Amino acid sequence: MKELIKKVVEAYGPAGNEAKIREVITEEVSPYVDEIKVDALGNLIAVKRGGEKKIMFAAHMDEIGVMVTHIDKHGFLRFYPVGGLSPLTLIGNRVIFENGTVGVISNEKLEAQKDLTLNKLFIDIGADTKEQALEKVNIGDVAAINREYVDLGKRLISKAMDDRIACVILIEALKKVTKPAYDIYAVFTTQEEVGLRGARVAAYGISPDLGIAIDVTRTGDTPESATMDVSLGKGPTVKIRDSSLLCTPSVRRYMEDVAKANGIEYQLEVLEAGGTDAGAIQLTKGGIPAGVMSVPCRYIHTASEMIDYNDVVNGVKLITAIMETEFTGALSHYITT
Amino acid sequence: MDTKEFLKQIVEGTGVSGYETPVAALISKTFAEVADEVRTDVLGNVIACKKGEGHGKDPIRIMVASHMDEIGLMVTKIDERGFLKFTQIGGIDQRTLVSQEVRVHGKKDLLGIIGMKPPHLLSPDERNSAIKMQDMVIDLGLPLEEVKSLVSVGDMVTINRNFIQLAGDFAAAKAMDDRAAVAVMYECLKELAKLRHCADFYAVSTTQEEVGSRGAMVSTYHVEPHIGIAIDVCHGEMPGVPEQDTAPMGKGPNLAFGANIHPKVYERLVDVAKENNISYTIDPVPAGTGTDAWAMQVTRAGIPTGLISIPLRYMHTSVETLSLADVKASGKLLALFIASIDSKFVEGLLCY
Amino acid sequence: MLLKKLSEAFGPSGLEGEVRNILTEELAPFVNEWTRDALGNLIAVKPGTRGPKVMLAAHMDECGLMISSIDRSGLLCFRKVGGLDDRVLVSKYVVIGPKKIPGVIGAKAIHLQRPEERTQVIPLNGLYIDIGAKSKEDAERLIKLGDYAVFGTEFGHLSDTVVKGKAFDDRSGCAVLAEVLKEQYSMPIYGAFTVQEEIGLRGAGVAAYAIEPDLAIVLEGTTCSDLPGSLEHGFCTGMGEGPAITAMDASVITDKRLVNELLRLAKENNIPVQFKRSITGGSDAGRINQTKAGVPVVVISVPCRYIHSPVSMLSLVDFENTIKLVKLFLESIDKGGFAL
Repeated sequence: MKELIKKVVEAYGPAGNEAKIREVITEEVSPYVDEIKVDALGNLIAVKRGGEKKIMFAAHMDEIGVMVTHIDKHGFLRFYPVGGLSPLTLIGNRVIFENGTVGVISNEKLEAQKDLTLNKLFIDIGADTKEQALEKVNIGDVAAINREYVDLGKRLISKAMDDRIACVILIEALKKVTKPAYDIYAVFTTQEEVGLRGARVAAYGISPDLGIAIDVTRTGDTPESATMDVSLGKGPTVKIRDSSLLCTPSVRRYMEDVAKANGIEYQLEVLEAGGTDAGAIQLTKGGIPAGVMSVPCRYIHTASEMIDYNDVVNGVKLITAIMETEFTGALSHYITT
Repeated sequence: MDTKEFLKQIVEGTGVSGYETPVAALISKTFAEVADEVRTDVLGNVIACKKGEGHGKDPIRIMVASHMDEIGLMVTKIDERGFLKFTQIGGIDQRTLVSQEVRVHGKKDLLGIIGMKPPHLLSPDERNSAIKMQDMVIDLGLPLEEVKSLVSVGDMVTINRNFIQLAGDFAAAKAMDDRAAVAVMYECLKELAKLRHCADFYAVSTTQEEVGSRGAMVSTYHVEPHIGIAIDVCHGEMPGVPEQDTAPMGKGPNLAFGANIHPKVYERLVDVAKENNISYTIDPVPAGTGTDAWAMQVTRAGIPTGLISIPLRYMHTSVETLSLADVKASGKLLALFIASIDSKFVEGLLCY
Repeated sequence: MLLKKLSEAFGPSGLEGEVRNILTEELAPFVNEWTRDALGNLIAVKPGTRGPKVMLAAHMDECGLMISSIDRSGLLCFRKVGGLDDRVLVSKYVVIGPKKIPGVIGAKAIHLQRPEERTQVIPLNGLYIDIGAKSKEDAERLIKLGDYAVFGTEFGHLSDTVVKGKAFDDRSGCAVLAEVLKEQYSMPIYGAFTVQEEIGLRGAGVAAYAIEPDLAIVLEGTTCSDLPGSLEHGFCTGMGEGPAITAMDASVITDKRLVNELLRLAKENNIPVQFKRSITGGSDAGRINQTKAGVPVVVISVPCRYIHSPVSMLSLVDFENTIKLVKLFLESIDKGGFAL
């Protein structure tokens, strides 16, 4: 699985520019599903038949990035963030465009460090003039963070663990699942980082009976971090809430039941800021029961997001088990009546 | 049941956003006595329908949304000595939390206290700045092991507060925002029994308003009403707040108009109030009303909306205060409005 | 001139009737079918026989003011409708309510101010509209609580090619859309004149829900800040540099296939174009893009200096080029030379 992780996290695909990562994933899942389609917003929808009801699994394949908004006469690029980026994490970082052009981010002179804002930053792609720069990039082009994957053994570091690690989990679950209890709609969504936009329209198109998003979540296990009762290595989480949704209680219980029945270690997650695709799915049409499994991840939205390999292994187990387990409790009541 | 008694029951019930089941059960039970059918949807909205005399395939549907969720707290961590860290659900003024008694809804309901350091131990600086929520804890007075066995991360917490009858017809409680509006729907259901109406009335007790009108969004989608009315609370007059930002207490329902409100729905509400000598006040709102009406209006291909508000003081605290006469008058106005609606009026709503 | 009529029309978010009337009258010879909805969107339907269903959208509403209370002395307090900068309000001429009662926004004279006051923004609650009423009762004869007010700016020419007026955001887009609707295509075209954009992109989403388009083109009058004191990378757009194409704004990432086709057509036909070089602010495109199972969108804008103020400015060359580019784009789709 680590080879697949490397391949998927290193692929290029900022929000709105998911063509390349979509190809990578399409190639991986094609042999294992009954049907594959791409919708108007570029969501990749892989369907595996199993039963009358529809479960939508959403893992977003977009990553954060930067969009070029201006090229000056000396060939320097100005940019806006695509998704939530802090200027603190960008200085000295490299970015890469879809065509392979690499640049480095640096800053104008600053009176004080607190003056550091995104509009004081620029990208240098090694061009001397505007014309030279235009040979490689244009305004409106988007670059992703350029950073290689590192395997520390137990822990893995890369850019775009958010949310490619969830894409890997969904791909692996599709490979492993033998007897799906229902129709599985595995959706690799687009534009999550700019407002859950892919998942919203995909859910409308699919009209699932249940939606489960797979994402990353922050942890509270680093020095002097804000309160959060989630740590790396203690298993994937079953989410209770974030700013985008209050997970449907019956879905949360069903997910916990499946984890317990299969002896999979998990944590409960209360995330105070941040959202996920399930927030959009839950509010689709007349309402859809929705839940989330997250992979604990440190340093989210930086070039070096860290996860624990064991959490990924357990995540695959939990998602596979959910695919194969019939609804329980109040959830079965909602869906069958 | 007397509307005041119903209101007392539901404000003392529990139903933090996303976890409205306990209060929803109280509402369903009482509404079932006065409506033709009551059901619950995926997001927990309670939809009570009272059929009108309109026949045919597509009777007029009027949906009224009053949100039954309340703001609250959620446990984020149990510390090594059994104190609970928490966060908020909905917008809470952290200064109102200090020294409150709370109920932690764990495996069973537990009483707790949001404690603070006594003044003797504070520096002058500390005394003069508000305590941040992230620095507060809930003290259950129980040993760590017992806390761990009864409470889990994600459990809901509410303020422990009973209904308080004040002088005259004023009353205070937690969650008056917006269960007073649920009581308005109850009053309306009882009033409607005395009237003839052709429209079907959908009384929807919505969920998750405090986190973004989420319940109204999905229930409006599936009820697909011809007219949507939200009932909510607005700020009652009080010293220190400009007059134009508040409405007088005890002078009847407050009727909003502006871009969020269909002009003909507003006009009809005003006409009905005048014809029936129901006193009311008005509120021009230039953009969003911050209520379920904002979500309802842009559902599907657009819904004509109205908004009735009950003036209320000390919003989002555990002593929200209002006039019970305003609640009754709002229920009566709503019933008379519904009874006044015919298909000609509904057709006219698209004639701009 | 249609742009003059539209610019001078009274149409704050929530009360767009006057703009609706101008448009239905102007387009009567060209449009046989109109639909209206519960929010007041006006949709020109031009049925077609083949090809994708195309929605074009421009918003009719403008930023304005709403009367929130009347003072004892007959002065009017107000709230803002839409994103107006408080600093542009003082010492302006406005018209109020259905009778277009004239008024001025006054403030304390400079003689009466303390020196430190002169460098501070006058807060909204320190500003009043004066209609010349002698008392509250006197004012109430002319004004109702909740009446809207807009700037009373006249449209005018600064040169043969540069014009000034209020509400170019988005009456310039409405004017472009009206011109385009005078043409005939074989694909179905829905020209949506939307409401309530300035208070949260309210109209476009419900219009798109009813239309269910295959693709959408949003026409805007957009920020142009090519001014002394602005850094070049903060210009957003340049006046006279051609229609502006949006790659991304706060509400949407536009469809690359549509953007590339626009760039190709502009180049082939020697129409100057520019990218909009700022990402802040949303547009109707965001709501349309997120409607139902998703709609590919593109945004084409006329650069306008000083939008969201009493007087804005645009180049008629940019304006004409925008009309030309949109027509070329529709012809290209109509001929099937470009498909999604």
